[in-house]
This record gives sequence, C-alpha cells and structure tokens, in this order.
Amino acid sequence: MGFNGTSPLLDQRGELRPEDFGAIRELSMNPIGDRIISAFFSPGKETVDFASFVRILAHFHPTETSRSRDGVQPEPANSRTRKLKFAFQLYDQDRDGKISREELLQVLRTMLEMQVTEEQLQSIAERAIQEADLDQDDAISFDEFRKSLEKVDIDHKMSIRFLS
Amino acid sequence: MAALWTLSLLLSACLFWPACLALTPPAELPQPHNLPPSLGFNSSDGSLSVDLPMALRVFSVDYHHVQAPFEIVLWIMLASLAKLGFHWSGRVPAVVPESCLLIMVGLLVGGVIYGVRHSAPPTLSADAFFLFLLPPIVLDAGYFLPGKLFFENLGTILWYAVLGTLWNVLGIGLSLYGVCLLAPSSLGDISLLHCLLFGSLIAAVDPVAVLSVFQEMHVNDQLHILVFGESLLNDAVTVVLYKLFESFLRLPSVSGLDVLLGGCRVLVVGLGGLFVGLFFGLVAALTSRFTSRAQVIAPLFVFLYSYLSYLTSEMLHLSGIMAIVTCAVTMKQYVEANVSERSKTSIQYFLKMWSSVSETLIFIFLGVSTIQDVHMWSWSFVCSTLLLCLIWRATGVLLLTAVVNKLRRNTVTFRDQFIIAYGGLRGAICFSLVFLIDDFPKKRLFITTTIVVILFTVFVQGMTIKPLVELLDVKRKKRALPTVSEEIHSRLIDHLLAGIEDVVGYWGQHYWKDKFEQFNKKYLRRFLIRDDHQAPSSILRVYQELERRDQRGDEEAPPLVDTRSDSRPLLPEEMDSIRRILSRNLQNFNNKQTRAYSRHTLHQDATMDRTRKPLHRHQSLGERYTFNTQGEDGEFSGSRRGRAGLSRSHTGTVKDI
Repeated sequence: MGFNGTSPLLDQRGELRPEDFGAIRELSMNPIGDRIISAFFSPGKETVDFASFVRILAHFHPTETSRSRDGVQPEPANSRTRKLKFAFQLYDQDRDGKISREELLQVLRTMLEMQVTEEQLQSIAERAIQEADLDQDDAISFDEFRKSLEKVDIDHKMSIRFLS
Repeated sequence: MAALWTLSLLLSACLFWPACLALTPPAELPQPHNLPPSLGFNSSDGSLSVDLPMALRVFSVDYHHVQAPFEIVLWIMLASLAKLGFHWSGRVPAVVPESCLLIMVGLLVGGVIYGVRHSAPPTLSADAFFLFLLPPIVLDAGYFLPGKLFFENLGTILWYAVLGTLWNVLGIGLSLYGVCLLAPSSLGDISLLHCLLFGSLIAAVDPVAVLSVFQEMHVNDQLHILVFGESLLNDAVTVVLYKLFESFLRLPSVSGLDVLLGGCRVLVVGLGGLFVGLFFGLVAALTSRFTSRAQVIAPLFVFLYSYLSYLTSEMLHLSGIMAIVTCAVTMKQYVEANVSERSKTSIQYFLKMWSSVSETLIFIFLGVSTIQDVHMWSWSFVCSTLLLCLIWRATGVLLLTAVVNKLRRNTVTFRDQFIIAYGGLRGAICFSLVFLIDDFPKKRLFITTTIVVILFTVFVQGMTIKPLVELLDVKRKKRALPTVSEEIHSRLIDHLLAGIEDVVGYWGQHYWKDKFEQFNKKYLRRFLIRDDHQAPSSILRVYQELERRDQRGDEEAPPLVDTRSDSRPLLPEEMDSIRRILSRNLQNFNNKQTRAYSRHTLHQDATMDRTRKPLHRHQSLGERYTFNTQGEDGEFSGSRRGRAGLSRSHTGTVKDI
C-alpha cells in the first residue's frame, strides 16, 4: 500500500490527521464521511499512525472461510463480528454500547438528507427500532444489531477487493 | 391496444414495400410512364430519349432516381418500427430477448421477398457490416465502458479473451478435423487448415449479441464487465487467427517460421490497434479544446475521430474494434471536460441512437440473409459444430477460471462461470467472416453451419439464459424484501464501504495507476483541457454543489407517511415509500453503483433539464425554510440545514485549491 510512498503529505510526518482525509473529495461528499474519518482515530487522539491505519483497514479484508478454529487464537480483525462492531460504532458515537433513537435519527438524517420530511424520518426510525429492539429498552444494543443483520452477507458486503 | 394495431399496420406496410420493390424491373428497361414531357427537355432517368410530342406530365414517378437511399431508409424504418413494436407489447420482451424477435422479423421479411421474387433477398455484405454497422455499436460500448471496473478486472478479461479464444479456436478446429476424418465420404475434402479457419471464426464471442441479451438480465457488474470485456478484446485474437489461417491457405506450404510470425502478428495487431486508438483519442481531445466558439459541431469530432481510427486500423490490418474502443476511452474524459453540457448530451444521445439502429439492422439482416438458395446441409458437421462449441467453451472457462481464481481476491464463483460459458453468444461477426472466405467446394456448408450456430446461440441460449440465471440464483441485485433495519444498516454499510474504498483508492493505488494519474494531471490535462475549466474556485464549486442538491430535492417527493406513535405494522405502501426513499437516496449519492450502460436509456444525470432549475430553486428554498419552522426540534433541523448545505462541500473544496 502506498501509505508512505505515494502521497507527498505523509512522508514528512508518517502520521495522518483528519484534514488529510478531508482532501479526498469523494469522501467529503459521502453522507457518513466524517463518521468514517473519525472511526480511524482512537477517541481523544488527533493523529493515526501507519500501524493503526492498517489495523482499521484490516477489518475489510475478505474473510477466509476455511480457517481452522482453535480457542487459543485471538479473533481476527476481519471476522464477521469485528466487521459488525465497526459498523456499529459508526452509529454509536458516544460509545455507550447502544444505538439510541437520537443516534439512529442522526445517521438517517445524514443519509437521507433533504429527501424526506421530519415525520417520515421519525416513522422510519421508529420502525427500525421496533424491529430490532428485543429487550424493549428503546435502543439497539450490539447483539440486537447483529441479530437484525443475520440474513445479510456481511462477509462479502464489507470486504474490499484490494487486488483483482 | 389501438396504438399496437396502428404500429403493426405500419409495420406490415413496410414489410410489403420491399416485396413490391422486388417486383420492379431493373433500371435498364424503359418505364412507360416516365417518358420525357416534351422534345426540348433532357430526361432525368438516363436511358430513354424518345422524342414524342406528348402533353406535359402533371404527375410522374421517378423511382430509380432515389432508389438506393429510399431502400436504405425503408430498411432502417422497418428496423425502428419493429423495435418500437416490441417495446409496446408488454410481456413479450421479458421472455424473448430483442435480438431473437428482430431475427424473426428478418426471417419474415426475407421469406416475403423470396416468395415474391423467387430469388435470394439482399444479403448482408461483409463490407457494409464491417464498415458501417459494426463501428457505432462498438463506439457506444467503448464510450460508456465503466472504466474503473474494467481496469480492475483487466487481467482476468485479457486472460479470458486471449487464452480462452486460443483454446476455443484450436479445440474446435482440431476436433472438427477429427470429425471430418471420421466421415470421409461427405466431409473428406475439408482440410485441417479449413477446419482451423472455421474454428477461428466460430469461436469468437460476439459483443453485439452478448450485450443485447445481458441487457435484460441484471447480473452483477463484475460478471457483466467480464463477459463484455472479453467479447470486445477477443477481436484482436480472432482477426489475427482468421487472417493467419486464410493466408496459410494461400501459401503452398506452412512452416514453423510462419506459425511463429503468426504469433507475433497477434501482438502487432492488438497493440497496433491500441496505439492507433490512443493517437486518435488524443488528437480528438486536443481538437475539442478549441471548440468553444463553434460548439454545435463539437459532437461531430467525437464521431469523426473514432470512425477515422477504426478505418485507419482496418486499412493497416490491425484490430479496428480495439482501436475504436481505445479511442473512445481515451478521449472521453478530456472531451467531456471541454465541451458544453448540451454537446455532451448530444454525443451521448447520438451514440445511443446510432448503436441502437445498427444493432437492430444487424439482427434483421441476419434473419433476411438466412433465406437463401445456397444452403448445404450435413447433419454430422452441423451437430458436431454445435456440440463442440458448447463443450470447448465450457471446459475453457472452467480451466481458465480455476487458474485465475488463485490470483484474484474476488473469486469468480461457479455460478458466474456457468453464465460466462453459457453467455458466449455468436453473432454477426462470424456471419460476415464466413462470407469472406475464399471460395472452395464446401464453403456453403460453412455458411449454413455458421447460420445454424448463430441462430442456436441467440435463440436457445439467449432465451434460456434468463430462467437459468434465476434458477441458479446468480449474485444479482437482491429481490428479497429486507426489513427496514436491514435496509438502513445495509445502506450505512454501503456508504461505509464506498468511503473506505475512496480512502484505500486514494492512498493504496496501484503503482502504475498512480503514476498515470500524476502524468495525467501534470501534462495531459493541462494540454488537452481548456484553461477556464481547470480549477473552478471553491465558491463556484459550492454553488454548483448547492444547485445539484436542489435539483435532487426537486424530484417528486414520495407520498407522506402516516405518523402514529403506537406500534403497529406498517402498511405495504408505507414500506414501499420507505424503501423507495432509501433506495433512491443511495442511487443519487453513490454514483459508482449505478450502471450507466444501458442500450435504451441514458444515465439519469445526463437528461436533467438545466433550464428548469432557476425557477425551482426559489420554490425549494422557500420549502426548506418552512420545513425548518415546522420541525419539532428546532436545533436538529437547524443543524441539519447547516450541515447539509455548505459545510460538507466546503471542507471538500477548500483543500482542492
């Protein structure tokens, strides 16, 4: 990967700051672009170094299906659970382990922009929480999140083709 | 219903015109009602100069004056009306692909002409096909080629195109020779070289047929680009092998050196076509830089230069298809940056129109040309050709994929392989090539066999591929209705992946691609693109961004959903509207996922009417303001407006300067 080699911004420092991500035009037009950027940085830190950068991107490596499982090995970064956890944290900005109705509304609002009215947004969020919330605490925990996505092929959806 | 009847009346009228034309005697004989009106005048239709004292003709018909263009226009008219008719008859296009229907119309017309004239109807001449009918289709395909996906999969595509075609050609040729040896009585005079020649023209997958059938199937983009890219690039190999075997046939003997030279020719033909296309593409881009004062003819340059590249490479016996595709791919980004919006739309629209007409004509002529006197039938040859084509293609795809999957991250699944193998349709290129063979005793057999293979692949494979795809459940756009949470979370993940891909793409680019981008920015773009288009100031870009968002907001708002706070199951309409909201938003935003290539329509952006914008902008601003006052929580609405408007695009654009 050309982290250190190709981009002139990085040679001097070997670290990334949020502004460097901002230079990617498509990312700035992405509705959840800023959330993605902040996902690279550990809470409180202003910079991310190469190792952490790679660790984050390792989540998107395609899962190998034929791995032998022994309990000793730590769970790989690109397992389904870790991928889902990454997605979960995009919602859960305050890291309390739950997606509250407000957090869901915020994400919905950025994704749907000005296409919908406030009432429609409320009803969509209401419906989503209804479907997923099993313990009736008006928020979606990680397990509920995972359960609601059990039919989706996360392994394929959240993998990047680094080479073809 | 009434429309359908009028359309079919028009269609049958057009059908009978050629029949009537067939009845008119050839031009040499004098037409009794075309006598020159009086002594002093010259006759416009050539031969007759009888000086009879006749009265002035008030009304006369001079058909031969306009015969050639008239007939051409009538054929095109027939093709277009047939196309219209099929799209009007609701259920039929879903079952039978358009190419089949067109061939059937062609068969009908050919039959009528044959029945009336008792001689063969006009056939598709190879020159007309290669010089006039094929280029628009290939140009259209090349112009709308999804560049990123194509280059990502280029290795695999080349692998299939070059090696796969070689495998097919040699396999089919050699096994056909084996079949001929087994039946020496009827097929004994077909030599090995003839079999190889036949193999080379029948093995090639045809882009026209493939496109028209895959059009109606919605397979995933990767599969589409694999099959389509392969059909485009195998032209180089096909052309070389065909010409090679043809020249071998003319040589008294073939030595090892000739074979080696043949191998070099593949490289020369392929790369030569590439360079010719590159050259013309760059010249076209440069020319378009200066079209600001004569914007009306800017689209013309696109077509002229592409056609010129095709003709030049055909002249040099290089691969014309590769040249025209390369030309289109090269000039696209520069031309689109240089010409006005209207010119851009014109280019796209005309490309679609011409390629559509061309394709329709090709299929109709395929049908017409099938009706001939010159068929020679041989059960063993025809059936074995069909079988061998299928078998060799299947084994070729299996073998090649087994190797290439080890090198790819995204494997080509078994189901994809089936579609690639089964979707290898043959079309008009084979047909024209078989007519070009030098005459030898069994040429008619080859022609008949080619026609049978084409009809078989287009009809049988074309019609059954869709049910088979549904049966095998190839990875397509999902039809199963997901729950709302699934939709929302899936959308989030899609956005996330798009963002990550942008990050990775930005910093993890392949070395050569990165180098090319730097070269592009430093030299090519400065040279080929007009100066005032190069770096619009950030304010202008913010303004453009706002306009774009306004326009999206102008689109018809979905019906208001009934809001109730108690939990009740949502009605299907409400779920539908929610789903529509979610899906439309993703389409609007994530341009990478919308497939621009469609034979029948242009991509949505290109057809938006710019002139409506200023009026709507004021309205929508007013609307947005009233939304904000109605919002339950003013703080949220305010922040929403602020965020959605300037801030995001601003952070994006400031950095670009």
